[in-house]
Amino acid sequence: MPKRGAPPLEGDLIQGTLDMLILQALALGPAHGHTIAHVIEHRSEDVLQVEHGSLYPALHRLEDRRWISSFWGTSENNRKARYYRLTPTGRKQLTEQTGRWDRLVSAINRVLRPATG
Amino acid sequence: MNWLRFFRRNFWDEERARELQAYLEMETDDNIARGMGPDEARYAARRKLGNPLQIREEIYRMNSIGFVETLWKDLRYGARLLQRNPGFALVAIASLALGIGANTAIFQLIDAVRLRALPVENPQELAAVRIANYGRYEQPVNQGSHPEMTYPLWEQIRDHQQAFSGIFAWYEQPIHVRIGAEIQHVNGLVVSGDFFKVLGVAPLLGRVLTSEDDRPGCGSPGVMISHALWQRQFGGDTSVLGRKLIIEGQPFDVIGVTPAGFFGMEMDRHFDVAVPLCLLGGAGWLERRDFWWLAVAGRLKPGWPLDRASAHLQSISPGIFQATAPTGRDVREYLKLSLGAFPVGTGYSSLRKQYGEPLWLLLAIAGLVLLIACANLANLILARASARERELAVRLALGASRGRVIRQLLAESLLIASAGAIAGVLLARNLSRFLVSFLNVEVDLSMDWRVLGFAAAAALLTSMLFGLAPALRVTRSSPGAAMKAAGRGMTSTRERFGLRRALVVTQIALSLVLLMSALLFVRSLQNLLTVDTGYRHEGVLIAYLDASNANLPPARAKSINREWLDRIRATPGVYGAATASIVPLRSESWTLGIKAAGTRKQGQGSSRFSWVSDEYFRTMGAPLVAGRDFNQRDTPTSPKVAIVNEAFARELLDRGNPIGQTFRTAAEPGYPETLYEVVGLVRNTKYNDIRADFEPIVFAAASQLTDEATYAQVLIRSTIPLTQLTSSVRNTIRDVSPGIDVSFTALKTQILEKLLPERLMATLSGFFGFLAAVLATIGLYGVVSYMVTRRTNEIGIRLALGASRRDVVRMILREAGILLGIGLLAGTALALACGRAASSVLFNLHPYDPATLAIAIGSLAAIALAASLGPALRAANLDPMVALREE
Repeated sequence: MPKRGAPPLEGDLIQGTLDMLILQALALGPAHGHTIAHVIEHRSEDVLQVEHGSLYPALHRLEDRRWISSFWGTSENNRKARYYRLTPTGRKQLTEQTGRWDRLVSAINRVLRPATG
Repeated sequence: MNWLRFFRRNFWDEERARELQAYLEMETDDNIARGMGPDEARYAARRKLGNPLQIREEIYRMNSIGFVETLWKDLRYGARLLQRNPGFALVAIASLALGIGANTAIFQLIDAVRLRALPVENPQELAAVRIANYGRYEQPVNQGSHPEMTYPLWEQIRDHQQAFSGIFAWYEQPIHVRIGAEIQHVNGLVVSGDFFKVLGVAPLLGRVLTSEDDRPGCGSPGVMISHALWQRQFGGDTSVLGRKLIIEGQPFDVIGVTPAGFFGMEMDRHFDVAVPLCLLGGAGWLERRDFWWLAVAGRLKPGWPLDRASAHLQSISPGIFQATAPTGRDVREYLKLSLGAFPVGTGYSSLRKQYGEPLWLLLAIAGLVLLIACANLANLILARASARERELAVRLALGASRGRVIRQLLAESLLIASAGAIAGVLLARNLSRFLVSFLNVEVDLSMDWRVLGFAAAAALLTSMLFGLAPALRVTRSSPGAAMKAAGRGMTSTRERFGLRRALVVTQIALSLVLLMSALLFVRSLQNLLTVDTGYRHEGVLIAYLDASNANLPPARAKSINREWLDRIRATPGVYGAATASIVPLRSESWTLGIKAAGTRKQGQGSSRFSWVSDEYFRTMGAPLVAGRDFNQRDTPTSPKVAIVNEAFARELLDRGNPIGQTFRTAAEPGYPETLYEVVGLVRNTKYNDIRADFEPIVFAAASQLTDEATYAQVLIRSTIPLTQLTSSVRNTIRDVSPGIDVSFTALKTQILEKLLPERLMATLSGFFGFLAAVLATIGLYGVVSYMVTRRTNEIGIRLALGASRRDVVRMILREAGILLGIGLLAGTALALACGRAASSVLFNLHPYDPATLAIAIGSLAAIALAASLGPALRAANLDPMVALREE
């Protein structure tokens, strides 16, 4: 059982980024959980190896916040699947979060590599 | 967190399960497409996804609120346990229902007469104007239930005050109304012109009475009727406006109907008809400066709190009392009076005046009963908890936190308490209805938030009281010890036993207090019922006769009193009949100052008066000690004669034979100084209050009064049953004239009615005391049997080693006796400490009355010991071999 009081920063960071990645994956259009997982994996060229299961609580949370909405549809190979779609609030959140992420990354980069300014 | 998802968390769980399943299927398809075998493909897909159960649990937790979730589970678990123990559940819920029901019913009554506000606009702005300091001043003549002002005082206040934006006076009295052919007694409200305007009461129909209606002389005023009367008599017909009501023989137009929620200024007597004050002008009430009958109240101006209004009223008081000083009386004390403003937002209530103290006492008593019920329940739960010790120990050993287990036990208590509260509220509805009909008052008994809040608070509090201590106790011992204790050869720890003993001691102590108070109230009532009034009131009927609506010719009306008496005396079965201006032991009174008596030419004193006919003393069973009764020679023109009681002779006349001595009354407006000669002496009798001591009374001859009244109160003694007598007297009176209004009461009934507060206290406290004793007995029985069961082994060893059965019984009874003794000791101390609260409602009885205390202790001890005898005998009859093999 995980002890309470484990380093929260890392967890938060990963959780926050996972949300952002999901939103980004949905920016192209509605998709179901399976697709989203694979899209994230391929785009990162298999660097980000998320356990696919952890995607679902995140989807649930995002839906709770009304950033995405869902519906049951039929997949490309004719299976029933729950599709997710960005809501307008979700789209706004995505731009905001990507902007914040960019600023954070460039700031960290400036710290790590001051010469290449 | 999303509340919608909380309530649909099971739906979402299934939904997610389906979704995860869909993922696995797709991933398996993909894997097969990549060339894996089916089993391998499925396995790889699972690995990719992770543990689906864990994922679902994570999502489920997101949807749930931890506290509510566990509470719900605990409640359901508790409900299941109760279902499996219906006997326990029934006893627990029933005892709580009784406790909470009794408390809620009494609180409901208190709420209705004490806490509820008048149903008018902004009742908190209303204030009453009253005399702030009566000092040694006594109202010479008064009438009604709230005699706070005279009419001249009211006029002065109305014209000179500046603290109120509007002010009004009112008076309530029973009124005869003829509606169609029948005459009814209804509650009349006599009001000054601004009454409805100041209270902000808008008419439901027609218009309200205004200052236009209340002018000197009155003319032909209108009458407003209450919503209740409108519904009752006119079926809510809107054509009632303009119809005529005959009130006290005069026709009135109905001008309006008041809204349903408005019942007047009295919380417990609702008015039926409202008429303007000016109507009483004919009776001379408006001029009299010594006659107190009105109540005055008004709406304070903004920025005028009570103290400012009081200060203002005090400053205008000297002028007002100077201008209204009665002539022909000693006015020194009158001029010292001053006015003040008093809160009146909760209205007037004679119930509050009369029962204020008893109601709070009853609430305290009912609270004690609830406390005893709690102690009993705690004991039951403790017994059950020890039976579940193993289960709880296992849970604790498996890692449940102590708080979690306590919470679960408390949830069970809460469940019992809630069920008890719901049943209690239902019970309270009937109980309070019974109380109100017992008290014979009109009270709005709708449940409001205060009553429901009270019941809910009682439930919450009791569940904590009876649940918390056992829960703490049971979870305190270490799991290891608890598991071992359930095994062979261990007796239970002293400490755990200690709590149960303490609970029983508390129960015994509290029930002794209740039993004591019950006995006190019952004995006090008995004292009142058997007190020597000087009369024999058994078998006396009072007939109220009124010929004012009978249209008798004046000559006959003049002698109607005589005619009634003669006819009634001639009725078969009547042993004696007499009129009296004051019916004994009712609330009315007439007091006159005595200026000179016997040989003393000066001297102050006063005496009660009653004008009675001949045969009064024979009828009332109070024979003359000396002298003669009144007779036909005592006429308005002959010298005034009087029959006095022994208290009068002792306090006011010279020593020696009172017959032939004289006394003079002090002059009063309308009642000039009069010289009386004493012609008879009677034993002491009570005047208007059975609780009061004997006072000096003058019986004067009704036949010497100059104005012959057209109404009478006739006391009739007979040897036949009262119901039979009632109908034959009714026939006799109908023969005299059919228009005469007759009503009857038995003197005994009238006395009992005046003893209502005492009867209420005696009945209810008796009931509560009985309940408490039963609960305490059950508690003691439970503890002793539990003790015996727990010590079966030990007792078996004792028996095997040669202890006699008698020794065992003695041992068990001694244990019970110690508990009982401590409880009784604590109870006695408590009863003596509480005694003072009851002293003011007891009659001829000391709150520390030793005989009562002895009876209470004796009876409680007897039933408690009887209750522990059963388990003791059971212990003594144990077969040592069986006992040793047990467990």
